[in-house]
Amino acid sequence: MRRAFIIGSAVALSAMALPSAFAAGDEAGFNAAYAAAEAADGQAHARKNQWTTAVKALDDSKKLAAAGDFDKATALARESEALSKASIEQSKREDSDWTAAEIR
Amino acid sequence: MLRAIGLIVAACVLGAAPAAFATDPVNPDADATAFRSYFTKRFPTVPLNEFVNGPYSMDADMHRQWKEKEEFPPYEFALEQGTEMFSTPFKNGKTYADCFPEKGVGVRQNYPYFDAKAGEVVTLELALNRCREANGEKAYSYVGEEMAALTAYMAYTSRGKPFDIKIPSDQRALAAYETGKKYFYQRRGQLNFSCASCHVLNPGERIRGEELAPALGILAAMPIYRSEWGGMGTISRRFTTCNSQVRGTPLEPQDELYRDVEYYLSYMSNGLPIAGPGARP
Repeated sequence: MRRAFIIGSAVALSAMALPSAFAAGDEAGFNAAYAAAEAADGQAHARKNQWTTAVKALDDSKKLAAAGDFDKATALARESEALSKASIEQSKREDSDWTAAEIR
Repeated sequence: MLRAIGLIVAACVLGAAPAAFATDPVNPDADATAFRSYFTKRFPTVPLNEFVNGPYSMDADMHRQWKEKEEFPPYEFALEQGTEMFSTPFKNGKTYADCFPEKGVGVRQNYPYFDAKAGEVVTLELALNRCREANGEKAYSYVGEEMAALTAYMAYTSRGKPFDIKIPSDQRALAAYETGKKYFYQRRGQLNFSCASCHVLNPGERIRGEELAPALGILAAMPIYRSEWGGMGTISRRFTTCNSQVRGTPLEPQDELYRDVEYYLSYMSNGLPIAGPGARP
């Protein structure tokens, strides 16, 4: 009886702990994705070439995370990072390529 | 031996080419000549001074619309407001006239100018807000109705006067000009457009319902009443909305880059008459 109680309690505790353990994992994943997106956004900002879509995705990911939807929040943070990286590449490329368009 | 010489020559040419390109001398006069020539050749039936009417200069039908619009111009209210604001003293008793050469009348064609003391480009909008702040008043929003009204009045007093932008023999002024030029031609935003994509490559064409204006003379009619905005807009408003339309986050109004691009574009229009305030679809 005592043994059954201990096992039952362990199972119950595990069951209770399970969702929060998953949530903690999702949150950690989001935090990492958000930090990477924020860093890329900072670089785009420094180059004065942020894209509105990158900034919106970053803002929206934060709102979704605050509401507990870490899966969607992480996906949006990754999208934001990809957009910011593309804008950085664009401004690097245009540092030299703009001359091709110049009226001469 | 010949092969070795060939390789050396090739290496020298390849090595020297980017360096020679990068050190192309800044030549605003040559740029302005080429710029004007591009537009006059592309639109041979448009008289030079008509370019200041933007999309309304591009074909006869648009020109007719402009003439009809000018009979009851939608910027009239802003012009009246600006006239009154300009002559109303600040709390300290001074007025805008005290901040400008010629009391601010008939000077719009000289803006922007390069301030050698501060080492920067000063636009009319910036000068107006600096005037306010120097006299203890709060600066106006660069994209708001008040700034549009003030610049409408100042433009009106310069109507018909040719743009007369000076680039002094000062490396900093030349650098500002070159920075402005670069900004004008650089693609940005998720849609990968530059200012030139619309206003050099496609003037007279439409993007959705909007007919694109040529870059030559594009600032001469500022500020403008835009039907699309339902109100008046300053040069700052025009630049920031251009950026957001290509999904680029706009810079702060009167950011150094915006001032430099205004310097470049205004220089390109030297000799064309001020036509502001204007109206656009």
